[in-house]
Amino acid sequence: MSEMQKLVKVFIMGEAYEVPEGSTIIMAMEYAGFQMKRGVGCREGFCGACATVYREKGDYKLKGGLACQTVVSDGMMLAQIPFVPAEKPVYDISELTPDVDTIKILFPTVFRCVACNTCTKACPQEIKVMDYVQALKRGDIAKAADLSFDCIRCGLCALRCPAEIVQYNAATLAQRLYGRYLNKKSPELDERIDEIEEGKYENDLEELIKMPREEITRRYYSREIKLK
Amino acid sequence: MELSYYPGCTLKANAKNFETSALAILQHLDVTVKELEDWYCCGVCFSQTQDNLMQQIAPVRTLVKAKESNRRQLLALCTMCFNTLKRAIEFIKNDKEKRDTIHQFMDREDTKFYGDEVEVIDILTLIRQIGLDKLKAAIVKKAVDLKVASYYGCMLLRPQEIAIDSPDDPVIMEEIITHAGCENVYFPFRTECCGSYQIVSEPEIVRERARKIVGSAVKNGADLMVMLCPLCYYNLDEVQRDIQEEDATFQPLPVLYFTQLLALLMGLKPDLQDFRLHAIDPRPVLKRKGLL
Repeated sequence: MSEMQKLVKVFIMGEAYEVPEGSTIIMAMEYAGFQMKRGVGCREGFCGACATVYREKGDYKLKGGLACQTVVSDGMMLAQIPFVPAEKPVYDISELTPDVDTIKILFPTVFRCVACNTCTKACPQEIKVMDYVQALKRGDIAKAADLSFDCIRCGLCALRCPAEIVQYNAATLAQRLYGRYLNKKSPELDERIDEIEEGKYENDLEELIKMPREEITRRYYSREIKLK
Repeated sequence: MELSYYPGCTLKANAKNFETSALAILQHLDVTVKELEDWYCCGVCFSQTQDNLMQQIAPVRTLVKAKESNRRQLLALCTMCFNTLKRAIEFIKNDKEKRDTIHQFMDREDTKFYGDEVEVIDILTLIRQIGLDKLKAAIVKKAVDLKVASYYGCMLLRPQEIAIDSPDDPVIMEEIITHAGCENVYFPFRTECCGSYQIVSEPEIVRERARKIVGSAVKNGADLMVMLCPLCYYNLDEVQRDIQEEDATFQPLPVLYFTQLLALLMGLKPDLQDFRLHAIDPRPVLKRKGLL
């Protein structure tokens, strides 16, 4: 029999539970008996569904993170956030211009930013959220798209923002505007689309579909990666 | 000479002619300006609600970045930004209790700002520091009998603690204009308010102000008006178009950023400026005076 796992005490929504040391918050909550239906997703740190807020023992800071990536510590107080109510304007990207006027119309709250930096402090992806909001404020769409690239839309920035900005939806707009209007067009993409339409890859695809999983895995990991 | 540069949002959006011409003339005068790597909206107006410290943070954040750049001087071209940053320095310097609270709040930042580490400078004072003789030597075009009305507005002169010149009788713009070989037009409204943000809610007030200010300059024989504030510029250029629509007898006056005129006088390529951005087209008068 394996050695007994050490337990730590955490407070889930105010109630004390003992959970295995080294658990993530999701694991700890499930160990404690909670069944997660919302506020959980890929469990790999990519989908952004499991935004969470917590405090660590002896620290005044209210911290934010992803429950699938944050490891519990003794004395931690935590609560899971099932959903972030956030405004999302509807727009037709082909009718927009990549400039500050578009931001003014679709995300007027961006201009309420007082540069308090609370959003950046809340971001589990370590994105300079305030910096991209500030870039939007002056119409620097390219910079906003670049700075927000790693956003996984967990919503913690919007939850903490005293100016009620929905940063991550504004970031999505910036990225779309960048992709549609500012990004350098790649001639290779058109060539590749033509090749696909001409059926150049049909046989290879057929071969892959029939291939056993082990062989696909072997080929995937031994593939040649070309870096420019 | 090397200094940090804070553009402000408007220069990146609506006042492009201001930025391109100002940077071009400074380069021509051997001044190196380096845009801060990270900078933030200054907050536009210095907040009068001094108890609401959240409103004071925006300019301080930029001043922290300026301090981190290790260059003492920070050039603010936009006069609104200049005013806000300059007053933020006074606030931080003089109110220790509030400064401490701001420092505690900004606990992610390694650098603390105390007020004395950065000097915010406007381009007029900078030109004076570069030297009026050096400026004079850089002027290659002789404007033909060009009469220039220099409009100060409020932001460079009020409040007195941060004024770059006498709030009642400033001379710095005229001094530079003289050294650039043009003639000054003195008009009584040169330090009056343009109506500022009334343009949003009470545009009538701004139209009235614009009529008085422009009318006074025209009456005193001005060929064009120069200024340094993007909001004054909007209120005095764009609004003239509205006035023209309602009053056919109104005599319009082209409005330029101060640096646009200097760039032309220095013989810098005119196409670095986009004259289509002007509501009142300055090209006819500039051609007549030999600058285009």
